[in-house]
Amino acid sequence: MAGAVTTFPAGTVAPPRATAESPLIKRLLVGVLLVFFGLFLVLPLLVVFHEAFAKGVQVFLKTFQDRATAHAVQLTLLTAAIVVPLNAIFGLFAAWAVTRFTFRGRSLLISLIDLPLWVSPVIGGLIYVLIFGRQGWLGPLFFPSQETLDSNFLARFLYDHDIKVIFAEPGIILATIFVTFPFVARGLIPLMQAQGHKEEEAAMTLGANGWQIFSRVTLPKIKWGLIYGLILCNARAMGEFGAVSVVSGHIRNKTNTMPLHIEILYNEYQFAAAFAVASVLSVLALLTLIIKTYAEWQTERQVREAAGTGG
Amino acid sequence: MAKSRQVLPGFGLSLGYTVVYLSILVLIPFSGLLLKTFAGGWEHFFKTITEPRVVASYYVSFGISLVAALINGVFGVIAAWVLARYEFPGRKVLDAIVDLPFALPTAVAGIALTTIYAKNGTIGSLLEPSGIKVAYTQLGILVALTFIGLPFVVRTVQPVIQDLSADVEEAAATLGANRWQTFRRVIFPALLPSILTGITLAYGRAVGEFGSVVFISGNLPFKTEITPLLIITKLEQYDYTGAAALGFIMLVASFAILLICNGLQAWDSRRKGVA
Repeated sequence: MAGAVTTFPAGTVAPPRATAESPLIKRLLVGVLLVFFGLFLVLPLLVVFHEAFAKGVQVFLKTFQDRATAHAVQLTLLTAAIVVPLNAIFGLFAAWAVTRFTFRGRSLLISLIDLPLWVSPVIGGLIYVLIFGRQGWLGPLFFPSQETLDSNFLARFLYDHDIKVIFAEPGIILATIFVTFPFVARGLIPLMQAQGHKEEEAAMTLGANGWQIFSRVTLPKIKWGLIYGLILCNARAMGEFGAVSVVSGHIRNKTNTMPLHIEILYNEYQFAAAFAVASVLSVLALLTLIIKTYAEWQTERQVREAAGTGG
Repeated sequence: MAKSRQVLPGFGLSLGYTVVYLSILVLIPFSGLLLKTFAGGWEHFFKTITEPRVVASYYVSFGISLVAALINGVFGVIAAWVLARYEFPGRKVLDAIVDLPFALPTAVAGIALTTIYAKNGTIGSLLEPSGIKVAYTQLGILVALTFIGLPFVVRTVQPVIQDLSADVEEAAATLGANRWQTFRRVIFPALLPSILTGITLAYGRAVGEFGSVVFISGNLPFKTEITPLLIITKLEQYDYTGAAALGFIMLVASFAILLICNGLQAWDSRRKGVA
């Protein structure tokens, strides 16, 4: 970035150059960055791990033998195992539709895919409570009175099989799907747009069918964009708090995910246990950042290659 | 729109699947929200959104979010500049850690920040003698919202700095400008649209934020209660129309922020078109 290299005889002071900051300013700016990042990013992470082990490794390990904690871990893993594949399929279909075809309402569709990223996560829970909650549109079905139970077959069936959405696992999964569905699509759309679809068209003229085009031509090209989206989707699915908090009802051993369990432990002043669970999610966050950074480098390389070959 | 332009297969399937998925998850539930908002009539809606406790929460949510977004505007530009222009050991690690607020669950951030800024915390104990309280005050909300918005300005400004061509800076230098003049007259105007976009994005995120705030705020009515928390309070009281009304207000606010963002981007591309 700096222009020509200039050398000055020893003893003379170099005049201030207008294409770069003076070393003093440089050092000052780097210092500001270090303090800002130290305070807001590094310190919170250090505190999580410090507090998790503040009462010793024994207490840390004991946290995870507790039944409620173990259940919260299970529910979080189950939620991610359902939500991530569903949103991956959606993301692939949505990215294919949006980048391979032009149609009316295309930009509206892209904005709709982004919607969960700009509304409050609390609204992501609220909308489902308004449908499935006690006073919601379908409330009489899920929280029936004796009268409805006798007259409505569906309400009877749901009641007999103890099927609920709000204050139950389906609500948690639904709210998590809502807050995480943009990630895979968002990881793929810019990449697929940049790569274009000449190769897919070539494969088609050579007689490949739709599935062959996707699995042999497109998938290898978008691999790192897909991984990028999946890893962010997974991180958010395991860590979501606001939306899940609204629909869960915080029932121990039933509807408590890891983030919700952290809140309960923290409010009961079991700080070491709360931070022990938090430290596991922090390790997940750090792994996510590492994989995400690597995937970004790979994606940039793929886009550069695509640009280089004129594809 | 012509059929002949859809060369590749899968148009019907992929678009159909996308639209059905979005209808079930978004369109139908949001219609439910709209219907519920006005189910109690206009008067009830208006009364709910102008309750004194609710209005106080607007000041907290929208006001403190603005301050947090502006703080991120200043430090985010410095961070973006340093990460894009300077070479120093540890730069790549710092660059990767910028996105921590995206990856770290908000509840984890919430309890960590509360512990740091509580009376006996790492920073809280340093501020205690001078009488500055952070945790359980509006200052604490500001800290949480600054944390949550940190990546936005950095990530929108950083690529623009990287793409800035050295020619204009060198031209300014040959014309006799010093570094400060070059920055103020040449670099800053080029960065301005992305800075404003980043601030708007950080603001939008902060307005809706819940997880990291509820731990550090103390949730005192009229003082440190945010609007998303009031939505949950109303739901717990089975006041669904009230909760829907507040949800509607938040939605309108988010929509306005999104429009500003799109406007900024349109302004930016128009300016680039002229240049």
